[in-house]
Amino acid sequence: MILALILTPLFAGAAAFFLRSDGSRRLLLLATAAVHAGLSAAAWRMRPLSELGGWVVLESPEVLFLSVTSLLFLIAAVYAIGYLRREGSGKRADIEEGFLFPNAAEATFTGCLLIFLATMTLVITARHVGLMWVGVEATTLASAPLIHFHRHHRSLEAAWKYLVICSVGIAIALLGNFFLVVAAGSAGDRMSAMTVTELIAHAGELDPAWLKAAFLLLLVGYGTKMGLAPLHTWLPDAHSEAPSVISALLSGALLNCAFLAILRMHGVCVAAGLAGFSGGLFVLFGVASMVVAAVFIIGQSDYKRMLAYSSVEHMGIASLGVGIGGIAGFGALLHVVNHSLAKAMLFLLAGNVLAAYRTKSASQVTGLLRLLPATGALWLAGFFAITGTPPFGLFISELTILRGALDTRHFVLAATYLALLLTVFVGMAMVVLRMAHGAPSAAQEDGPRRREKLLSIVPPAVLGLAVLGLGLYVPEPLRAAIDEALLALRVNG
Amino acid sequence: MREWIDAATALVVLSNLRLLGTSRLLACVRIVAVQGILLALLPLLSHAGDLTLRVALQATASMITKGIVFPWLLTRAVRGADVRRELDPIVGYTPSLLIGGALLGVALWLGWRLPLPGSTGSQFLIAVSLYTIMVGLFMIVARRMAITQVLGYLVMENGIYTFGLAFAEKEPLLVEMGILLDVFVAVFVMGIMIYNINREFDHIDTDRLSELKG
Repeated sequence: MILALILTPLFAGAAAFFLRSDGSRRLLLLATAAVHAGLSAAAWRMRPLSELGGWVVLESPEVLFLSVTSLLFLIAAVYAIGYLRREGSGKRADIEEGFLFPNAAEATFTGCLLIFLATMTLVITARHVGLMWVGVEATTLASAPLIHFHRHHRSLEAAWKYLVICSVGIAIALLGNFFLVVAAGSAGDRMSAMTVTELIAHAGELDPAWLKAAFLLLLVGYGTKMGLAPLHTWLPDAHSEAPSVISALLSGALLNCAFLAILRMHGVCVAAGLAGFSGGLFVLFGVASMVVAAVFIIGQSDYKRMLAYSSVEHMGIASLGVGIGGIAGFGALLHVVNHSLAKAMLFLLAGNVLAAYRTKSASQVTGLLRLLPATGALWLAGFFAITGTPPFGLFISELTILRGALDTRHFVLAATYLALLLTVFVGMAMVVLRMAHGAPSAAQEDGPRRREKLLSIVPPAVLGLAVLGLGLYVPEPLRAAIDEALLALRVNG
Repeated sequence: MREWIDAATALVVLSNLRLLGTSRLLACVRIVAVQGILLALLPLLSHAGDLTLRVALQATASMITKGIVFPWLLTRAVRGADVRRELDPIVGYTPSLLIGGALLGVALWLGWRLPLPGSTGSQFLIAVSLYTIMVGLFMIVARRMAITQVLGYLVMENGIYTFGLAFAEKEPLLVEMGILLDVFVAVFVMGIMIYNINREFDHIDTDRLSELKG
């Protein structure tokens, strides 16, 4: 079952490189996404599962993250069909500089996209620390060609930065893995395999100094992939240059995978009695991420970069929640789910805006509500969702984290948290509201009212409804899954 | 056997210093290859008496990948980019060598201070692996050419692999192969990107890849 989840997209991705017609490739993409989503849904019933001797596991944390990834991929696949149809083949003019550039072959896009799904599934389900590492590095390698889909110099720069920064970071995580093995020392012979489950079970026998060093390296390494400041520098470039579908998946699914990897290491530290150490580091990186995001969102001229920095901010919030612990841990996991849905929605809408206005500069986009009414309305809704306005889900999760901070008497932290949230709200509001209202800016070829394609509206709308739904009511199975995940990951000791 | 292992690790230290001091890209590629082969030999040397299939397989795979495949991919990238020397690095070659010497001192100091709970490797091996990692990171930061950044990444991986050799011998073969495969694909993808960068920009100077800001 777990192997099916990993291997189906992998083989489909390989097959996509050999298919000749666009239609069959798009069908393959959709079919694989649907099969993957179906298997993930079945996993809710079938958990707990353990295959390959405990190396790959499907328990509550895995099922939670897997469902989000799978759902997002399915919706992105539906949107991607419309996107690929719109892109077509041949050269097109660059938006900012006017030169002509081609796209990569659609086979590369579809193939790498499916392999990307397979590698993300590997990271989510792997409990063996070595296998998890292989998966995280594989996600970097699978997504780099996707960032370079539009073949021009800016996307090449973004893809190169992404590749080098993430590879170096993940190499540091590999050293952290080896430090973990040293920390296990003699206990390593008694463990059946170097899995997180075994590490937690033998946590008392791990050498604390080496474990701390290992955790620090793993946090820095996987934190690069997650987008924690100051290791986030690849994020804004990659998200602004990649096609919007890819940005949606990077922000909504990939950052979560890295977060899960770090969470597992946190669990080992908590089980070994080092909760204060790892929690403190989480809080530090969380606040740093929120500060960096707030600084760069104010006065941001590119709306896709704004969304990228918003991802940095929300990963910081999740990190903060885990660091505080207690009920804030619940808030952090709920926040991860909500953020994925809302951010993916916003990126897909940004794709629509880009296609219509042909500019990434927020100041040159006005009158969204008049020109693209559905997109505009969803864009506004998405803005309110992502900044934590009720009744959307992020309000609940951010409030829960705040409650956790106040319960544990971290008043200064709570005040800083609120101040940063407010700063980001104001910064984003200035950009988004100006884009939505006013008269439609010039430079549209199709006349005043452009017909909006259904395939570009329905996916973000579905995501928006999901975030709204989660804000009104957190369903019991989800609540239970998050509680079980917290227990399995030992977030709250 | 001890002398051979010590000789190999000393050669690794020398290769790092040589890397820091040379501007010729093809020479750098060859030095990194030699480093990889030396490090792949280490488990063979330390297990000379009780050679298992697993150790032999691992060593052979590493030697082929690092000694033949990587240099081939990277030489192609260097020739394709038509660059022979790194002429204007961010940190010059003499300061690089001095910093390399200082890093060696730091690595030796760290290596002797890190307490090893029951290991089979020597303290010197920790020091050398830390040194190689530091040199790799330094190369990525202090050089401009994209190829040198890839070489720095490979040197870093060499150092991490050395550390793994000495202390994490229990890593299953599958994971070792997985790591090797990942690094191979990484170098492959990076090679393709360097080709694209050269075609797009007509140079491979990453310091000039600075258009995306803010």
